[in-house]
Amino acid sequence: MSKLLIQGGRIIDPSQQINRVADLVLCDGKVEGIDIPVSEPDTIVDAKGKIVCPGLVDMHVHLREPGREEDETIATGTAAAVAGGVTSMACMPNTEPALDNQAAAEFIYLQAARAAKANVYPIGTVSKGRSGQELAEMGGLVEGGAVAFSDDGDPVSNSQLMRRALEYALMLDKAVFSHCEIKELTVGGVMHEGDVSLKLGLPGLPAVAEEIMVNRDIALAELTGGRLHILHASTAGTVDLVRNARRRGISVTTEAMPHNFILTDECLERFDSDFIMYPPLRAASDVEAIIEGLVDGTIEVIATDHAPHAVEKKMKELDHAPFGVMGLETLIPICIRALIEPGHLSWPALIEKLTINPSKLLGINKGTLQNGVDGDVTIIDPDVPWTVDPKKFHSKSRNSPFKGWEVSGRAYMTIVGGETKYRLSDMQD
Amino acid sequence: MSENTWTQKHLLGLEHLDRDQILIIFSLAKQIKQRMADGVKKFDALDGICVGNLFFEASTRTRTSFSLAAKRLRADIVDFSGSGSSLVKGETFIDTARNIEAMGVEIVVVRHATPGAAHLLAENIEASVINAGDGAHEHPTQGLLDLFTIWERKDSLEGLTVALIGDIAHSRVARSNIWGLRTLGAHVVICGPTTLVSRRWQDFGVEVCHDLDTILPRCDVLNLLRIQFERQRTGLFPSIHEYAHLFGVNRERMECAKDNVLILAPGPINRGVEVTPDVADGSHSVILDQVTNGLAIRMAVLTLVSGRCL
Repeated sequence: MSKLLIQGGRIIDPSQQINRVADLVLCDGKVEGIDIPVSEPDTIVDAKGKIVCPGLVDMHVHLREPGREEDETIATGTAAAVAGGVTSMACMPNTEPALDNQAAAEFIYLQAARAAKANVYPIGTVSKGRSGQELAEMGGLVEGGAVAFSDDGDPVSNSQLMRRALEYALMLDKAVFSHCEIKELTVGGVMHEGDVSLKLGLPGLPAVAEEIMVNRDIALAELTGGRLHILHASTAGTVDLVRNARRRGISVTTEAMPHNFILTDECLERFDSDFIMYPPLRAASDVEAIIEGLVDGTIEVIATDHAPHAVEKKMKELDHAPFGVMGLETLIPICIRALIEPGHLSWPALIEKLTINPSKLLGINKGTLQNGVDGDVTIIDPDVPWTVDPKKFHSKSRNSPFKGWEVSGRAYMTIVGGETKYRLSDMQD
Repeated sequence: MSENTWTQKHLLGLEHLDRDQILIIFSLAKQIKQRMADGVKKFDALDGICVGNLFFEASTRTRTSFSLAAKRLRADIVDFSGSGSSLVKGETFIDTARNIEAMGVEIVVVRHATPGAAHLLAENIEASVINAGDGAHEHPTQGLLDLFTIWERKDSLEGLTVALIGDIAHSRVARSNIWGLRTLGAHVVICGPTTLVSRRWQDFGVEVCHDLDTILPRCDVLNLLRIQFERQRTGLFPSIHEYAHLFGVNRERMECAKDNVLILAPGPINRGVEVTPDVADGSHSVILDQVTNGLAIRMAVLTLVSGRCL
């Protein structure tokens, strides 16, 4: 019997509508209860002034393993996750080779167990080899532990294939996560198409390239009754389309990335490849619409789209550098800066989008502090000031668009299955 | 010039260059032209300084012009071209530049196909960087020589109407011209097919037009941008023939233009497409003046960023 008492923190667990100062007890790796009598705990954590919440769940990360271990591995990615307060994540299958079969899915669990930092759930591909031609063995993927399907990194351009994927995944009670991009409209593009791209002479990625496919996929979800999740909503149009579809009762959800609700295309004026990703940083009006979508519940989930790329790959001309930015280790402070400080979201509303909502979408028993669940807990110090220095990241890569930012708030302690996997003081040495 | 009052380490573009800085360049270029007309062949300004010409994209004119400018200032020149060199071996652009800098190069002239490439260099090396064209972003010395050519002929750009005609979308020359012309008080009209001339430019105070004949009578200057034939192949307009018909400047069109209109073309020109030979070689054309002025402008810019005086 090993007992851990987390004392005096503000427990915020939106899955149970809990938001009060209380004591949390973990026993043998599980949640034992809140404000229950506890005799002789083995460890006491003083959480006064801190927020105690279910371990954060990031349903959209790229861990690069297998195949691109120079960018990230499951070991370094999960170390970055716990340093950022994330205890569970779903990793995208655009690895090399693509994660398109049962054995590949099982390999993710194996590597995560070896790393022993955080929980990793594989997302399987929609198509074999992620080539957009024919369905992957989705049943086998689920048997290997895949929690959803996606060809992320690329769209499922073939509408018939997308239709079949939505239909087939329905049988497996899984969602299809769609990367929305009409490729013909984004050829050569590196940044949002608008006044800034015009001025900089950089080829644009028009908002409609995303929205046309969001529209298509919503229509297909309506037709099939399948579960559709729109990855990385970045435009005002996407937010509108999803909002309207949800009103009509279509099974569609979406997510927003911190960089898309705090940064705009003006960042590209620095010509720094740490500001390029797909979908790109959009206009200020899009950022406002994303925040509105988060506030009114259209966007249920915040995820990072953590996309590490080795320094040597990013230190290139904009049109030669790979797309993507890191997010795990800056998730908490950026959400505070963008959503909590301006009063857009309350802490419980924010934590809901980082815990129970993504857990439900993935169909995993996480994101809650209900009695008996795995003892995954994130203790957040909401006020501690710090400077984002990618050199100190646990991740292998350094491509953060927030480098040099003076921010407030970060994970103080991250507990996975009752074990402390990260403690802030570890890092401040 | 008795003293170098220039304040910039690099010349990356005209967007952020103010009127005073532009006029410093003009005044020095004018002085250089004058002294050369008086028979001076060479100046000592860059004696002992090494200039690196880093061309990661093919160029004949700009490269030759920069080379000659540096030679006229007694600089040493290192020539590097992207094709067939370390880029093929996988070395990054920045590493290549750092290597060349390590050989003692103090001023780097860079041409590259990617917007922002010159900025990337400026942030990663110690040398002064002169942008000789970065993708569709900027080509500041070309912009300056276009402005200087107009300035010489018209004394001032204040209140002039200057039309940039052609492929604005892919043109670094257009962007440098737009910023510089606006800084010096000209009214800028851009004209060309809708697929190559975005109406978004109105947000930057630029007049957008797709019918050359409607603007022709009120233009003081026509700057004819080269149309690249590969744009037609990517479907941006139906045919070169149709382009020439709608936007080519020919004798008939010149009859509707002002008597003192200036014809500029940053070249190389496609005779019979943007402009007919009679107009290109006619009395309104200052196309060869632009080339001569290009040398003076580049000598001025090299001198100014070196921190030395003529």
